[in-house]
Amino acid sequence: MAERAARLPAQGSDTQWSEQAKRLSIYVVLLAGAVIVFIPFAWTLSTALKAPDRLAEFPPRWIPDPIVWDNFPEAVTIKPFGRWFLNTLFVVGVATTGTIMSASLVAYSFARLRWPGRNLLFLVLLATMMLPDQVTLIPTFVLFRHLGWVNTYLPLIAPPFFARNAFFVFLLRQFFMTIPLDLDDAARMDGASYFQIYLRIILPMSKPALAVAAIMFSQFKWKEFLAPLIYLNKQEMFTVSLGLRTFIGESWGTEWHLMMAANIIFMIPLILIFFFAQKYFIQGVVITGVKG
Amino acid sequence: MSLVSVRSGTSRPLLRLSLSSRQSEALTGILMASPWILGFIIFIAGPMLISLYLSFTRWDLFTEPRWIGLRNFEQLFLRDAKFLLSLKVTTIYAFVSVPLQVSLGLVLANLLNQKIRLLGFFRTVYYLPSVIGGIAVAVMFRWIFGTQFGLINSMLATFGIQGPSWLGDPDLVLVSFILMSMWGAGASMLIYLGALQGIPSELYEAADVDGAGNLARFLRITVPMMTPVIFFNMIMGIITALQEFVLPFIMTRGGPANSSTFLVLYLYRNAFELFKMGYASAIAWIIFIYIMVLTVFIIRSSSMWVYYEGSLKGR
Repeated sequence: MAERAARLPAQGSDTQWSEQAKRLSIYVVLLAGAVIVFIPFAWTLSTALKAPDRLAEFPPRWIPDPIVWDNFPEAVTIKPFGRWFLNTLFVVGVATTGTIMSASLVAYSFARLRWPGRNLLFLVLLATMMLPDQVTLIPTFVLFRHLGWVNTYLPLIAPPFFARNAFFVFLLRQFFMTIPLDLDDAARMDGASYFQIYLRIILPMSKPALAVAAIMFSQFKWKEFLAPLIYLNKQEMFTVSLGLRTFIGESWGTEWHLMMAANIIFMIPLILIFFFAQKYFIQGVVITGVKG
Repeated sequence: MSLVSVRSGTSRPLLRLSLSSRQSEALTGILMASPWILGFIIFIAGPMLISLYLSFTRWDLFTEPRWIGLRNFEQLFLRDAKFLLSLKVTTIYAFVSVPLQVSLGLVLANLLNQKIRLLGFFRTVYYLPSVIGGIAVAVMFRWIFGTQFGLINSMLATFGIQGPSWLGDPDLVLVSFILMSMWGAGASMLIYLGALQGIPSELYEAADVDGAGNLARFLRITVPMMTPVIFFNMIMGIITALQEFVLPFIMTRGGPANSSTFLVLYLYRNAFELFKMGYASAIAWIIFIYIMVLTVFIIRSSSMWVYYEGSLKGR
């Protein structure tokens, strides 16, 4: 120890220097990374504001001249974009409600009630999180087709009411486990039923976790692609994510400026929610990711 | 329950009370879990069994399924070159892109774990690609990778370099997909950052006392403490990557020459374009078994290289 302490002052200025250089290089690397992340966004925006005959301009221009704001109204009028937007809001809204209702109820049962077979079923539930969707895709499609649900929103909004996405049960259960059990016992003493405890105690105390789940699920649902692709065939029924594909031209080439404008409109809700609810995203990662 | 027993003086009504309340708890518990139990039967267990059955049949969705035994699997593994190619490219994509993403995520997390300014800003920016994920990324990069007017090749052209056909060259298309996946590496960074901050500082202090250098600290403390998190994310990442669908579907339609026809895209084609439901079910089960075997293998081997804090206490 003494030896070490004696060595320190002599090295002082030297280490300070290398410390400074190290910090600087960290900032340079981080900034370079941030620029790389930004470039595709900037290029998308730039393209969305270009006149069609300027798309192939060389060298590429970042700030378009002229700036064509009209691309946005054009992109949403040449396709039934408004309808798609409303369709998506409807699907996301109903499906998220379904997931939160069912997942919180099931999570409450798994976290706080004792019943035979609970632990085994919880293992099964965890295993379903690893299950690739493809293995249930075809029979589920056959079932919904048989029920006459193709070209309706039911295949997209009914499964969430059955906690189809076990991840959210897991997430909420992890949170419910942290609430002291004494609260339940006290409420039981006062004659509250289990359902009342769930409704009046657990749910109000879990608002942050419910917000995390609602945000994560709605973002997932907004981006969902394969299920709408399989179940929705009529253009006016499309969700925005499915509608984006229609901008890719079949015979006459793709109108990139309109497609990028549409893509921006698609991304805006995702990015806005992310900015306003950042702490919930980070919490979501903390509750689930580290627990692994 | 124990509170109740203290209060009620006699033992006889207590017994009845505690028994029936336990029963009612069990009943309520099962009732409350029933949405998931039903969902599991209707949407998971039932469909799994049916798709297993279908994988042994030939079925076009309109006539009755016809039992053909193992012929779908024989066809897939022995005669279907497209399937074997798809198995190969999906495997390469998953096993190259995920470790690269994990490494990049770890490097970023380590850089951000210093006392730096603008931490929130960097964290937000790096996480952004995974917020928009999937289709939006596919649409963006289809334009960026364009051969003639794409951003990358336009930039290269300003230096007089003629860029390659990123998505049109069978030898290059996988490289392009892997490069693109690196753009989203920031998502796992958040998890690693959280884990890094969870490492007890006493460990580092003890290492300082022992005179450990930076490299030793990193190799002997940071890496072992991080392995459970890295391990978990690696498995989940590979499982997700093996199921990639939107990127090839939007960007290349599986081309050129099927060199980016990932497994799920090939399944989709067979099921929903060719209506070969039995054949597609067989593909689904191959994907499922592939992922299962992989998961079990990684979990089994984990004791060799994953460090759990509990194991130290055991020694």
